[in-house]
Amino acid sequence: MRGIDLEVQAGEVFAFLGPNGAGKTTTVEILEGYRKRSGGEVTVLGEDPEKAGREWRERIGIVLQSGRLDPYLTVRESLGLYAGYYRAPRPIDEVIALIGLEQKADVRASKLSGGQQRRLDVGMALVGDPELLFLDEPTTGFDPSARRQAWDAIAGLRELGKTVFLTTHYMDEAQRLADRVTIIADGEIVARGTPEDLGDRESQPATIRYREGEREVSVETTTLVQTLHELTGAALARGEDLDGLEVTRPSLEDVYLELTAPPEEASVAEDGPAGEAPK
Amino acid sequence: MSSLALVAHQFRYDQKAFWRNPAAVFFTVMFPVVVFLILAVVFDGSTVAVDGGVEATTYYVPAIMALSVISATMQTLAMTLVIAREDGRLKRGRGTPMPAWVFIAGRIGNSIVVAVLMLALLAAIGGALYSVPFPWSHLPELLLTLVVGAASFCCLGIALTAAIPSQDAAAPIVNALLLPLYFLSGIFIPEDELPGGVIDFANHFPVRPFFEAFFSAYVPGAGNAIAWHELTVVGIWGVAGLLLAIRFFRWTPRSG
Repeated sequence: MRGIDLEVQAGEVFAFLGPNGAGKTTTVEILEGYRKRSGGEVTVLGEDPEKAGREWRERIGIVLQSGRLDPYLTVRESLGLYAGYYRAPRPIDEVIALIGLEQKADVRASKLSGGQQRRLDVGMALVGDPELLFLDEPTTGFDPSARRQAWDAIAGLRELGKTVFLTTHYMDEAQRLADRVTIIADGEIVARGTPEDLGDRESQPATIRYREGEREVSVETTTLVQTLHELTGAALARGEDLDGLEVTRPSLEDVYLELTAPPEEASVAEDGPAGEAPK
Repeated sequence: MSSLALVAHQFRYDQKAFWRNPAAVFFTVMFPVVVFLILAVVFDGSTVAVDGGVEATTYYVPAIMALSVISATMQTLAMTLVIAREDGRLKRGRGTPMPAWVFIAGRIGNSIVVAVLMLALLAAIGGALYSVPFPWSHLPELLLTLVVGAASFCCLGIALTAAIPSQDAAAPIVNALLLPLYFLSGIFIPEDELPGGVIDFANHFPVRPFFEAFFSAYVPGAGNAIAWHELTVVGIWGVAGLLLAIRFFRWTPRSG
């Protein structure tokens, strides 16, 4: 990784978005103090994570990418075990309500569904009442209903005023949960902004498609209104229809895929000389 | 919480998880009792030619006690720590303010309590069914042997986790090490049936000296109730295990 320059504000949900292998987990593990960095400066809650101690750990919560739970402890017991590690834990019943597991409070972790286990995982990171919460790919491998459950739990964190650092490879997840998004690909930051203005979609070329007899016609334009007016005007003048007319703008997903495409593909798309592809 | 209260807190939850884990309870509690009963039934009435002749049923009480202590410490720790490590549970715990040593102390406490319970259980069974007397007059020697053995085998179990790459490999590796040593050390087969060379070989490993020390304390014949030489061998293995554990123990999963 190189040139990773991030700043996360207190109280915001920050999404670190990128494909698998882009360097998200490496980055988050450096911020969590699990991994030593080879260079650069990192300050989390005013301290260098490599040197931070117990006091600092009182103020952060971590949900790992693949963290299973003790299968033999119940929801309440798992939270109780972790509550004991902190000086001023949040009341356990309150945490159970936050993660919506009231009905499962006395059920062992092994008997919970995937989505429920993930919510308990989030609860264990919350029980110490941290200021900053790290969530590493919280919904990878989930079915849609489990994802929805996990999202609701994460959305609830915003209301608690927590700062959340979220990594994900799902555009829709970042869009739905985050105040600000930074996109990483191949160890480098390729875009940053709010989910709305990410990738500057308004100024991206739109595509007009229609059929002319058997032929599919596709026109890319940055001056959509004018081009559309010319096309439809010409068709009306000929007394013809434009079959299957549709206008599409790039979706967030398109922007994301283009930004994170491997270097060779990106250079072809830009029509750049192949030899100058960024390495 | 003070550090001691924190260890007690961790220990309390480790106990809960241990007694609810069917595999741990079977191998640590049921298995030694079943093995003792089978051996006692098969060899009842015969004597083992050691210390001028000891009844086989008496011989097997300290033998299976030694096995139980090793099972509760080395085997349980190696298995449960590897599973917790690969589950990411050790890594998660390291992300909290809990000091690492508290976690390890809780687990060791759990192992030692289970080991002591097994001694009491086997002593009660041996006494009730085969009138094997409990050596009350040698309680200090017995406890010293237990403490040195339990501590050493805990260190060896924690060190062994470094050699186990995955959850699936935990049981095969632990058993491949311990089962042959149990046979070669006179724990399953009475030692007067084993060729002298086998015992000499087994004396270099920690199981045989621990069993011998335990036997001396439990069945005090003419000899010394504290087998200093044997306890030293066990202790050296323990210190080696401790150094290896400090150097090679890891908190993060090795697979994935």
